[in-house]
Amino acid sequence: MAESLTLVQAVRDGLASEMRVDDDVIVLGEDVGENGGVFRATQGLYDEFGPDRVIDTPLAESGIVGTSVGMAAYGLRPVPEIQFSGFMYPGFDQIVSHMARLRTRSRSRFTCPMVLRAPYGGGIRAPEHHSESKEAFYTHEAGLKVAIPSTPYDTKGMLVAAIRDPDPVIFLEPKKIYRSFREDVPEDPYEVPLGEATVRREGSDLSLFTYGAMTQPSLAAAENVGDVDVEVVDLRTTKPLDVDAITESFKKTGRAVVVHEAPKTGGMGAEIATTIQEEALLYQEAPVKRITGFDVPYPLAALEDYYLPEAARIEDGIREVMEF
Amino acid sequence: MSVLARDPTDQYRILDSDGQLVDGATVPDLDDETLVDMYREMKLARHFDERAVSLQRQGRIGTYPPLSGQEGAQIGSVHALEDEDWIIPSYREHAAAAVRGLSLKKTLMYWKGYEVGNAVPEEANLFTVAVPIGSQVPHATGLAWASKLKGEEDKAFLCYFGDGATSEGDFHEGLNFAGVFDTPNVFFCNNNQWAISVPRERQTASETLAQKATAYGFEGVQVDGMDPLATYEITRRAVEKAKNPGDGELRPTLIEAVQYRFGAHTTADDPSVYRDEAEVEKWKARDPIPRLETFLTETGRLDDEQIQAIEDRNEEEVATAIEEAEAEDDPDPSEMFDHTYEQMPPRLQAQLEEFQALRDRHGDEELLED
Repeated sequence: MAESLTLVQAVRDGLASEMRVDDDVIVLGEDVGENGGVFRATQGLYDEFGPDRVIDTPLAESGIVGTSVGMAAYGLRPVPEIQFSGFMYPGFDQIVSHMARLRTRSRSRFTCPMVLRAPYGGGIRAPEHHSESKEAFYTHEAGLKVAIPSTPYDTKGMLVAAIRDPDPVIFLEPKKIYRSFREDVPEDPYEVPLGEATVRREGSDLSLFTYGAMTQPSLAAAENVGDVDVEVVDLRTTKPLDVDAITESFKKTGRAVVVHEAPKTGGMGAEIATTIQEEALLYQEAPVKRITGFDVPYPLAALEDYYLPEAARIEDGIREVMEF
Repeated sequence: MSVLARDPTDQYRILDSDGQLVDGATVPDLDDETLVDMYREMKLARHFDERAVSLQRQGRIGTYPPLSGQEGAQIGSVHALEDEDWIIPSYREHAAAAVRGLSLKKTLMYWKGYEVGNAVPEEANLFTVAVPIGSQVPHATGLAWASKLKGEEDKAFLCYFGDGATSEGDFHEGLNFAGVFDTPNVFFCNNNQWAISVPRERQTASETLAQKATAYGFEGVQVDGMDPLATYEITRRAVEKAKNPGDGELRPTLIEAVQYRFGAHTTADDPSVYRDEAEVEKWKARDPIPRLETFLTETGRLDDEQIQAIEDRNEEEVATAIEEAEAEDDPDPSEMFDHTYEQMPPRLQAQLEEFQALRDRHGDEELLED
């Protein structure tokens, strides 16, 4: 049996289906209970699982992350929500100093099987501090996995895999596409393994590497560009990075662009370009082009469409690499 | 004994819910004109708020955080300040900010998503809006601390935040530093009972928020935040103490202004999911505007004719602010590169040039098509 769900409904469905099979899974955060989350990602969970498993916390992100670390170490599988990824920073110390390192520091005496979820990215005319893409922070941190789904099917499967993962996962949900399209999602829990990229569109001329909400304008650009046969690879997790998938696609095409909405400097584009250098230098026909957000603080809503890479900019980037 | 030293569970009031003086209360030492101004500003805030919510519903501004019900706390407290004092707001203090020199037009521009809305006028002693909850509290301590280190003794720094913010680490750290370094701060908590859907009693097991000050070594006092006169009086005393503490007194004060947000957390929120209309009605009986109006009319300071004139003036003022905000040209897209640094680094300059070339190639309309 499958249901046609949006991405945010798939989050809810993933949480519910895993909570039904594993009593240790609990959800906590700001407004996740009776209110069902500000994006309704936890809607109905409070009624189904009760106040001991779906918990409204005080307004304190360090508290939410830090207590989740303690609960995970003590055998629960907490899935804390931070209301917007822009509010993760009060919990940053807990994320990098403890959540990421508890296993390492304790030589596996204590582990931290938790999933920190947050709506992330821009494109919905949200107020200040509600639209940033900071996946690079977390990708940089050893001990964490970072998942960024781009479809409803993957969202449920990756969330289930993340909850079952023995290590901590940062689960960033691109809110621009929370409700932009539907997809059939099986009712029973299933896993989409973390660390496996997928090819969204096959092509032979150029590899386009992307993830999250940028998958949509990337696919649009790949269609629009017409005479260039573009392969669109959705990385799905920025850590573990699927080096084999990147290398395999690049060896076929010899040309690459990377698209992400996070700023350029120190972003995933640099990591992917260098991976190509390391793994497939002799196949390279042109420099790798990064099509990204600019190195400026995310602008307020009136200019955000100019900040985000859009199909025309991606198309230009593809042509530039082809014409090299 | 200072009124600030009262038991933090003993809520201070001057007007009761019907606008009558409570037994033994004294009207603050404010002239009639100022009292009527306060009334006008509260009415202005309410009218602005209603129009702003309506503009959001029509798609003319973005998400907006309403303040209805909270006018008494904002206007009462801000009137306790002298021109040289500062306010450090959260993101809901449109009324207090307006009194301190931020135009309603600018407030609208900010919530419309225009960068210019974030630029506080040079002459206003007003810090920038802080959206991340409680993050402005340490800034307020730092501003006040710097003033003290510079040898100034004539300025107080009033910081606004909500009940939810008291759960954040920044609240603790900001107040703790203020106590240790004895900074001239007034920490003003707009306890509006709800942090989106989480009620005040789920934020803390403390009986009051005011009593948290005890742990930092300074006074905490609870005031009826829907009583503008009581709010004025308490804030005035706290401001005076910040500048001229008595023997053995620390400069900072925590004020818990007990009030209620009549509307949603923001226009993106639906409070009917988590709270009863009966509760809202109960608090509406304490609405600060009719309370002050009753007091002013019954004491001969205000009449129907003046009220009508105030309403007419306010309508015009808000209509003008909206007109002016909507008449502004769309921001130039290159504005997002401005102010990142004092001097733009070469790599950023190159990105700006690439961006301009992209716009030239496509034109803005085609560029934003998808």
